[in-house]
Amino acid sequence: MSTSDATIGTPAPAGLGDEPDNLVTRTVKNIRSGNLGIVPIVVGQIFIVVFFSLKATNFFTAVNFGNIIIQMAGTTMLAYGVVFVLLLGEIDLSIGYVAGIGALTVSELQLPGSGHEINGLLAILCAVGVCALIGLLQGSIVAFVGVPSFVVTLAGYLIWQGVILGRLEVPGSIIIQDRWINYTANYYFSPFAGWLIATIITAAYVLSAVIPVLTRQGREAALKNWIRTLARTAGIALAAFGTVAICNHGIVQTRRLGLPLAGVIIVIFLILLTFVAKRTTFGRHVYAVGGNAEAARRAGINVPRIRVLVFMISSATAAIGGIILAAFVNSVALTFPPGTLLLNSIAAAVIGGVSLFGGRGDVRGALLGALVIATVANGLDTAGYSNGTIYIVTGLILLLAVTLDTVARRLQVRSGR
Amino acid sequence: MNDNSAPVLELRNISKAFGSVQALSEVDFEVRGGEVMALVGDNGAGKSTLVKTVAGTHGADSGQILFEGEQVDINGPKDAARLGIEVVYQDLALCDNLDVVQNMYLGREVNRCEVLNEPAMEQNTLKTLKSLAVTTIRSIRQPVATLSGGQRQSVAVAKAVQWNSKLVILDEPTAALGVAQTEQVLELVRRLGQQGLAVVIISHNLHDIFETADRITVLRLGRNVGIFERRATTQQAVVEAITAGVPTKISGIPATSAVAK
Repeated sequence: MSTSDATIGTPAPAGLGDEPDNLVTRTVKNIRSGNLGIVPIVVGQIFIVVFFSLKATNFFTAVNFGNIIIQMAGTTMLAYGVVFVLLLGEIDLSIGYVAGIGALTVSELQLPGSGHEINGLLAILCAVGVCALIGLLQGSIVAFVGVPSFVVTLAGYLIWQGVILGRLEVPGSIIIQDRWINYTANYYFSPFAGWLIATIITAAYVLSAVIPVLTRQGREAALKNWIRTLARTAGIALAAFGTVAICNHGIVQTRRLGLPLAGVIIVIFLILLTFVAKRTTFGRHVYAVGGNAEAARRAGINVPRIRVLVFMISSATAAIGGIILAAFVNSVALTFPPGTLLLNSIAAAVIGGVSLFGGRGDVRGALLGALVIATVANGLDTAGYSNGTIYIVTGLILLLAVTLDTVARRLQVRSGR
Repeated sequence: MNDNSAPVLELRNISKAFGSVQALSEVDFEVRGGEVMALVGDNGAGKSTLVKTVAGTHGADSGQILFEGEQVDINGPKDAARLGIEVVYQDLALCDNLDVVQNMYLGREVNRCEVLNEPAMEQNTLKTLKSLAVTTIRSIRQPVATLSGGQRQSVAVAKAVQWNSKLVILDEPTAALGVAQTEQVLELVRRLGQQGLAVVIISHNLHDIFETADRITVLRLGRNVGIFERRATTQQAVVEAITAGVPTKISGIPATSAVAK
């Protein structure tokens, strides 16, 4: 009687825990139920790379590979913040100009001849702090007053743009001379350091998979999923060592390039923010509030606190992204955050599979989405196409990604219940 | 079952008015350990108001609440939870995007320095579901969105009972379910009673009531109109009480005849 549930096929009487963990059947099941994961985006990225390699002679080169990493770094940092905001089912339109405020703050603090040439690293910390305060302000208005985030951050968009224009109206631009700040976009690791970093990243993943085995409870779960863990380890090692191998081949004139620091920064934040989203109580609550805010409230979760913290995260990551973008051109100018920055970072998160309606998506989606956008922009540029074409193609990819996701979700609803 | 055991929850002379509307007038109610008590009545009879008083959503204007024989004040949902009272609301309050384990521990995650202890939560979830004989869920790591209505209800109930709760109140647990799934949930409700919990089930469906309840409390227009032993009554008698019952004060003071028409 209790097992006569028609929609679930064959009931599994004794085993709630023994899920079929065969990698192949799991993947097939996931695809059938509309959970496409990262498969389409990885396939799409490979297709894009092959296409431009054939189309443009200087696309598939080690130097350009490093370029793409640096070009995508700023957008990726902003997109990380967007992931958290979208997980809540909110939106943050201010991040483009908050990134500008972050860059403006570091440029002011390091300004030579101003009497307070603060060390670059300290300046970066201050800028992140300033932007986190902006997030605190905006998030509080959303969470405690109840003004829709669209409106609050649209106001922020105008206000912070105004602040930047007001400050730069006279000088036109502020040059960034501090080497630490500029390193965020211009520093390359030596080949050896690159290999070391790839080794550390791979080892760190292996450790994170092995440590739970040491506890009695974790061993069972870990042993059950060992094929998946092995496949992931192989994938991460391939990505890490592959990236370093290619970057180490980059030579401009006689100068040998290597792994760009910007790439390491976005990987560090990928790991950090993925940990926050998936392994902490806070991250769990972010997903819960995005999935069903009322249920979260009834479960005793402090919903306003989660909202405020998320807006602080999105402003803080925007600051870091802004600093990297400013360091790339060694200055903050009137035109500073490029007009496409905000929409590209939202598009990156959405292409990466983060739902606009909250509760669904991963931090890594932002990285993959930003990679696709940067690769397309770089490829079209290398092949000699105009900015107009880049916008059109980026728009089409966004449309395709969301359409695919919508269709997949409809399949999921049909397979469930 | 435990007919002679003391009531886990006892309400005495509970009154509650919303403005000029008298939602509850001197209502008495009790439920014993190991007993399934049904609370029935027509729309506006005061069932939800009574439950909300116990759940701490709002206080009563007058009257006493006794929990395990001691008088208590319930001033908020947290007070209710501390006493061991859990309410499963009609709309379940589950997060569709989270999996079964994540929902079971929502807001009470097992963690050390903010870092989640997933294996512990997974094992306890399995233990709870097994103890309730909820066996149709294939994987406790599947999102709740992919579960059937009956399974979702089972998860909501399991979530309520896993915190050593002593009293579980189920608000219309079968309202949105098909025949087979309703049966599944009713089976679960009976099992809660057998495990010694005090269970209150609110339902419009007399079939469900007669399948599960040991006793039936009927409210009409915010007053008690009778308590029935399920074994000693008929659906006909209960329907009559719901639609045309005469207020009776079980614990003493007779009601005014004005309301009884």
